[in-house]
Amino acid sequence: MSSTDTAPARNDGDTAEVGAGLDALDSVAAQRSSLGEVLRTKALPPLIGVLVVLALWQGAYSLHLTSSYKLPSPADVWRSLQDLWYQGTLFSIIWTSVWRGLSGFLLAVVIGTPIGLVVARVGPVRTAIGPVLQGLQSLPSVAWVPAAVIWLGINDSMMYAVILLGAVPSIANGLVAGIDQVPPLFLRAGRTLGATGLTGARHVLIPAALPGYLAGLKQGWAFSWRSLMAAELVASSPDLGRGLGRFLEDQREFSDMSGVLLGIVLILFVGIAIELLVFTPVERRVLRDRGLLASTK
Amino acid sequence: MTPALTTEADAPVLDSDGGAPAVRISHVHKSFGRPGAQTHVLDDITLDVAPGEFVTLLGASGCGKSTLLNLVAGLDKPSRGSIEVPGGRPALMFQEHALFPWLTAGKNIELALKLAGVPRPERRAEAERLLELVRLGGAYGKRVHELSGGMRQRVAMARALAQGSKVLLMDEPFAALDAITRDVLHDEITRIWAERQLSVLFVTHNVREAVRLAQRVVLLSSRPGRVAREWRIDLPQPRRIESSGVADLSIEITEELRGEIRRHVQH
Repeated sequence: MSSTDTAPARNDGDTAEVGAGLDALDSVAAQRSSLGEVLRTKALPPLIGVLVVLALWQGAYSLHLTSSYKLPSPADVWRSLQDLWYQGTLFSIIWTSVWRGLSGFLLAVVIGTPIGLVVARVGPVRTAIGPVLQGLQSLPSVAWVPAAVIWLGINDSMMYAVILLGAVPSIANGLVAGIDQVPPLFLRAGRTLGATGLTGARHVLIPAALPGYLAGLKQGWAFSWRSLMAAELVASSPDLGRGLGRFLEDQREFSDMSGVLLGIVLILFVGIAIELLVFTPVERRVLRDRGLLASTK
Repeated sequence: MTPALTTEADAPVLDSDGGAPAVRISHVHKSFGRPGAQTHVLDDITLDVAPGEFVTLLGASGCGKSTLLNLVAGLDKPSRGSIEVPGGRPALMFQEHALFPWLTAGKNIELALKLAGVPRPERRAEAERLLELVRLGGAYGKRVHELSGGMRQRVAMARALAQGSKVLLMDEPFAALDAITRDVLHDEITRIWAERQLSVLFVTHNVREAVRLAQRVVLLSSRPGRVAREWRIDLPQPRRIESSGVADLSIEITEELRGEIRRHVQH
């Protein structure tokens, strides 16, 4: 077969230029928005939301919809906060709970992660305890409080036990879900490159499962915090440090509604603050690097 | 590495019985499923790829071409027969780029270098060199999602080359690309094949692509996959996919391929 081609030959430089042109036409440049725009689009709407809630609250108070001991004004709650501040107990109350919550959560990560790995990768283990692990997620952890009190007494161990029972299943399940969603193509590509066994887990499986794992961690924190508040509310003992849940229950005993509302607001505030300060930045970073955030288009 | 060679390089068609082959596939059978209810996918495939040879495997769906490539890559074992790749684990490129989205383009290549045992201090420079080779010099720090489809396949090519193997297996690597990008990448793979003296086993269902690229086209029949016919192609490289030489041979091969497919109507 001899060449009877009429098509002119192409030179290498031509191909290079066409290739570069295509690359320029096709690639998407990631755009970062300016600080002003971020403030306007991300910070302003929630701020307005909070102001609207405060306005409705103040309106309900001013209209005397119910007696003021049942519904104190936002200013009353603000005064309760100031009292706590001047007593010098505000930070110790918050810190007691945050310390318990975070250290319990970290312990739950240390325990839940290997459980998740084993359940995800070992078939018989998955069949045996996978459904139980999922079912445990729908059990409100406050249900564990009476059992924990009988087993361990009213002390810090009991608090940690309740946190672990609440958070470990959701962390383990998050990891299982993350691993299940890893595209098989990545594992094949990893094996072709020579990443098998532990090397494969380290360089391919775990990084690929990271988004699901992070979602599990975030939910694990929410569960830790809720479980802890339930435990603090129910368990009362002078030996225990006074946390937010205890503060809330104390104010109820004094029938101090503005103190109760303050307690609720503080619990909510801490929960949201930890999520925004710790989890959201990490999650955003991971998703943005992978092009999974809408804002990077 | 002498880039000047590449454009006019009419890479030598090697004598297939001279010296050890880069890939030797001898009497390979592959079946899936339980004994008794087995699907016979590959039937007595014997095929050598000589060092520096570019072979395309052509066939319709169900001919087991991807299965065969997986066997050569060592991702699966043949039911019978043997496969030898004397140069060690071959590199494999997929239809999807399969780049890891948690790493930058450069780090994807460095991971392959690391797994191939390249010492840390040399990895960065080698990754940059490979990116230059696929003409993506500035893409080291780019994330996968920032690259176009064609650029991703180039990075995937660089990552495959980073494994250091002289044998490159390609499983329809350009099938998901638009025709213009595919045309450019045909030129590029031809250039890199000659420059690096690779032995390539390239799977496709696109007859013109097979003729455009290969020194030898191997047609597989379907269900079970058997070697139906082979063509040796002596047109000079780089060829153009729209040239008359490529078109003429494509017509001949397409007729044969259609004949193979027609055989299945009766069954």
